Order: sequence, then structure tokens, then C-alpha cells
Amino acid sequence: MKVGVLDYGVGNLGSVLRAVEELRVSPVLISRAVDIHHNDCLILPGVGNFVDCARLLAEGGWIEALREEVLGYNRPLLGVCVGMQLLADVGLEGAGPDNPAGTPGLGFVSGRVEHLSTLGCNLRMPHVGWNGIVNKVPRDSLFAGIPDGTDFYFVHSYAFVADDPADVLATADYGVPVTAAVRRGHVWGTQFHPEKSSKAGFRVLQNFLSGPQC
Amino acid sequence: MLKVRVIPTLLWKNFGLVKGTGFDSWRRVGPVLPAIKVYNQREVDELILVDIVAHDTGDEPDFESVNDFGQDCFVPLTVGGGITNLVQVQRLLRAGADKVSINTAGYENPGLITEIATRFGAQCVVASIDVRAREGGGWRCFSHAGGKDTGRDAIEWARELESRGAGEILITSIERDGLMVGYDLPLVESVARAVRIPVIASGGAGNYEHMVAAVSEAGASAVAAASIFHFTEQTPAGAKAALAAAGIPVRKSFQTDEPV
Repeated sequence: MKVGVLDYGVGNLGSVLRAVEELRVSPVLISRAVDIHHNDCLILPGVGNFVDCARLLAEGGWIEALREEVLGYNRPLLGVCVGMQLLADVGLEGAGPDNPAGTPGLGFVSGRVEHLSTLGCNLRMPHVGWNGIVNKVPRDSLFAGIPDGTDFYFVHSYAFVADDPADVLATADYGVPVTAAVRRGHVWGTQFHPEKSSKAGFRVLQNFLSGPQC
Repeated sequence: MLKVRVIPTLLWKNFGLVKGTGFDSWRRVGPVLPAIKVYNQREVDELILVDIVAHDTGDEPDFESVNDFGQDCFVPLTVGGGITNLVQVQRLLRAGADKVSINTAGYENPGLITEIATRFGAQCVVASIDVRAREGGGWRCFSHAGGKDTGRDAIEWARELESRGAGEILITSIERDGLMVGYDLPLVESVARAVRIPVIASGGAGNYEHMVAAVSEAGASAVAAASIFHFTEQTPAGAKAALAAAGIPVRKSFQTDEPV
């Protein structure tokens, strides 16, 4: 199986690659958008700032490449952390007087990315550490074998607000319900870092890679 | 619910792990890689790895070693020591670090905190503050692994680091380091009250009760410790059990609910 990990200039790529290798699958690091084709599935990592990540996606020609692969060829995609947030229509990180509408995302999963405090969370920011997830019923294939209350490693201040609640696979409680994972069709995303969530994280990656779609 | 983290701190000097008292009298406690492997197998919540001589030599961070250490680490890894610029941060993240810890460079170039936070996100920056108590109250910050008095007040500096974009604060009492007499609870509480970002208590943990106190009395989001894990029979798993017994939420190991 060929698992392509997108290297568009950000992300803790070392960690993502190693976690995939731990599952005895050899990942392919994709450093140019033109090399995105001919993989069985794709992982979109992301660390840091939505605006920066979106700009790097645009500058590298990744947006068209991803649209072609994901929408044109139905290639399964897993976005991680900011990589999941980029699946949204728009990110409000960095929105201000000069950019009131925020930054466009890929639009693969309808929704927007907002700061946790605007969602009513008044706890310490960022939301950092291990937090338990609650699966939607019935449980998605991404969480097969993973019961409610399983802890994953989160580190973020912005959260995904899906337009359609049916796209939310799991939530975590941080003063407010925080979207922990989303799915629309063959596009998945996790707000937490499976590559840094030890055994539970391996299971999520394994579920993604072993699905019939990959 | 968010869990309180128990974080072993690994101090690293010239190829080996060390531990001292009061940031001095370093004892060798073994090689780095096996320690990381064991902690990873035991599913610790997170690891902090600090090169304690890098600020002295002026050398680049040891990317190659960090790359080796990251091979077997599937929990978050914070790497510190000698970081002075963005390129180094990017190379450390590629090598396997998930966050970087900034201490000495923060005093010399406070803008670095903002630069890292802007480029890699606030969650990537753990601002480390080493302090000694001041006569008449309060705490003063020291850079260069405790070697240089910066003249800065710890609480004001914590606030400034937060405003500059730090994602977490690691607050260490130099005087309690290695003594296992308990965290400086007024220090941890003062910092936790002063900022809205998570605070990691460090310096002085000698038993599980000290960790419980840092969380329930002083408001720490996480507890870091070294000597207690190097020199006693106490373990991160034991610490979490003690925290749980005190009603503090901690992470449990993953258990699938699938029939075998």
C-alpha cells in the first residue's frame, strides 16, 4: 500500500512518518504537488497557524492537486490537527479588520474553524494534553475498537464547527464540546494527534489505513 | 475531560542523562535512548528533554541525536537547550520534536518567542522559567541553566512570555531542584494565577503527594519531575494512580473494546 504524507512546509513530519512506519506501512513523503498521484491514500499533517498553512498549500499548488485527487479520484484523505481544520470552508484564525471573512480552506467538509473562546470556552488556552473522546452513535470505522473515554493528545486553540452535525464523528469536552474528528465520505480529519497518542493513536491510523477505501 | 499530565524531565549532557541538585553537582544516570524507550513503552503522558550544556558551548542543537531519540517516541516530545533561531526550531520539529522549550534565548531575544509562535503556533512554544526566591518575597529569573541572574521578576516575566505568544510555561525552582522536598507551591500558584496558558510545575518533587499538591493546591496543569523517577522506586504510573486517588483526572492506558 502507498500512503502519501504531504510535505507542504509545515508539520511534525518526522512523527507522522514514524507512526505510519510503526504500522509496518512505508509512507511516501510527497514534497511536490505534482507527485501527489498514484498513492492509495493521503495524510495531510499540519501544525501551527491556519493562515500560514493555507498560504503554503496555495503557493505550492497543493489545493488543485488535492481537489483533483480527493474530489476527482475519490482518494481517501486524513487531515491531522491543522490538517483537519484545513478541510473546512473557512478558518477564522488571524481574522481581523483587514481580513474579516477569515481564510478559505479546502472546503472538503463544510464548516468553519473558530477560536475556542468564541465557542464559549473559558478554560486555559491552548487546549493541551490528553482528553477523552465521545463517539457518535453508531461509531465510525475510524474509531473501530476505540471506546468512549479513550484519551488522545490534543494541542490547539481553534476548533472545527461543522455545518452538518452528522459530519462530526467524535467530540471531547473542554468546557464546551470540541470537535475531535470529522468525516465526509472518504475524507476524515482528527483534531488530536494520532501520531502522538501512543497505542490509541496507532489504532486510529490503522483503522484509516485498513479501511476498504485505502 | 482534560487530564493532568505527569512529565518526566530528561536532562542531557554530553551523550548521557544527568541529574543534579540546585542545577549543580550533576550525576550521570544513564544513556538517553533506553530511557526514552522505556518511558514510551510505559506510555508516559509526555517527555521533556533538555540539553543543559548547549547554551554554554554555543553549538547548534544536536539534531542528529534528537532524530535518534524521536525514533521510539510516540508521545509528545519537548526539546530544549541552545535554541536561538527559527531554522533550528524547524529542524528540531523535523527531527521528531513536537514542541521546543525556550529559556536563555527568551531573555536575550524575547521576539524569538513571538516568531516561533507565529510560524509554528503557540502550542509549539514551551517557555521555561528558572527562578530563585528573592529576599523579601517574590522570585527572580535566572538564565544559562541557573548561572546568570537576569534581574527579572518571575511573575512579570511569565505574563510577558504569555503576551509574546508562549503556549505553556514550565516553572522551575532552582533551589528545590533535586532536593525532593516538594514543589514551591506559592511560586506555582502565583504563576498559574498570573497567566491563562497552562503551567507545568517543576523542581522539587519527591513523592506523589507533592504532585497532588501542585495540582490541587497550586493549580498546575501538569507536573514535571526527574529525581523521583531516577533515584526512587516511584514511577509515572504510580504518580498517576496517586493523582487519580486524589480525584484528579489522569490518562488511562488504551483498552480496546473489541472482542479478541
